[in-house]
Amino acid sequence: MPSYLFWLFSAVMLIGGGAVIALRNPVASALAVVTCFVGLAGLFVGLSAFFVGVIQILVYTGAVMVLFIFIIMLLNLQDEAKRAKPMTPILAGLGLVVAFVIQLLGVLARSPDTVAPALDQATLAESASALVNSGSIAASGKIATALNAGRLPDVHLIGRALFTDYNLPLQILGVILLVATVGCVALSKKTNPSD
Amino acid sequence: MATLNDYLLVSGLLFAIGLAGVVLRRNIIVVFMCLELMLSAANLTLVAFSRFHPSHGLPDYNGQMLVFFVITVAAAEVAVGLAIIVALFRARQTIHTDDLTSMRG
Repeated sequence: MPSYLFWLFSAVMLIGGGAVIALRNPVASALAVVTCFVGLAGLFVGLSAFFVGVIQILVYTGAVMVLFIFIIMLLNLQDEAKRAKPMTPILAGLGLVVAFVIQLLGVLARSPDTVAPALDQATLAESASALVNSGSIAASGKIATALNAGRLPDVHLIGRALFTDYNLPLQILGVILLVATVGCVALSKKTNPSD
Repeated sequence: MATLNDYLLVSGLLFAIGLAGVVLRRNIIVVFMCLELMLSAANLTLVAFSRFHPSHGLPDYNGQMLVFFVITVAAAEVAVGLAIIVALFRARQTIHTDDLTSMRG
């Protein structure tokens, strides 16, 4: 990804994130989270993670944030009233965040920097032949065809990993989603005092 | 070209913003949204490492699988968490964390 696009999407993401904690109206905060996640999805696409970028938009901004806004409207919240806040927790919180950022800068200044390895046609064709030779993909399959044509078949590769190496975690994830659904229904059921 | 440290810096800053929101804000829904920001910052780190440390010339898809699982579990977590917030609001008529002190020791 060109540098200016990286900084553009990073700026959208960080300004959106800052607006989440700066705005007082919860609906405005939720829309700032949406802005932040759109910038984040742009960064994912720039990292050649097209599938992750798409589900970031579909799941997070499409489903999760709509659920947040729905709940905010259901609860009919007003703007937060100004209240006297004790200064000690605010200062302690800011100190924690500043300490974290200083630590981050210190670690990044010492760690070796890497540039992104090229994903051109030669590299992709080479990895296609390596995968075909190891027997993990078919020589005439969709993945090998796309790799030889110099395209990155991101969704196919993720799907292959998901249904081979990560099959058991995927099934467990299905159970977790079922448990979450049942839990939501149980939590939002009106409890009868006579029970 | 943006390097690995640029991505790690941006993701660390997003994490710091989320941490600041969790510590500083008093509205429990905004605190919950800031938790999502922190999860997404971790996702950006995972995807950046997956792109910058290739296996067999391709991005390392193990990292992106972890991102996929994090996003799915986060969706389930949001559903349960918001149901708890709605139940809390029904019981107490507030979502301001300073008013929810009945479990303070």
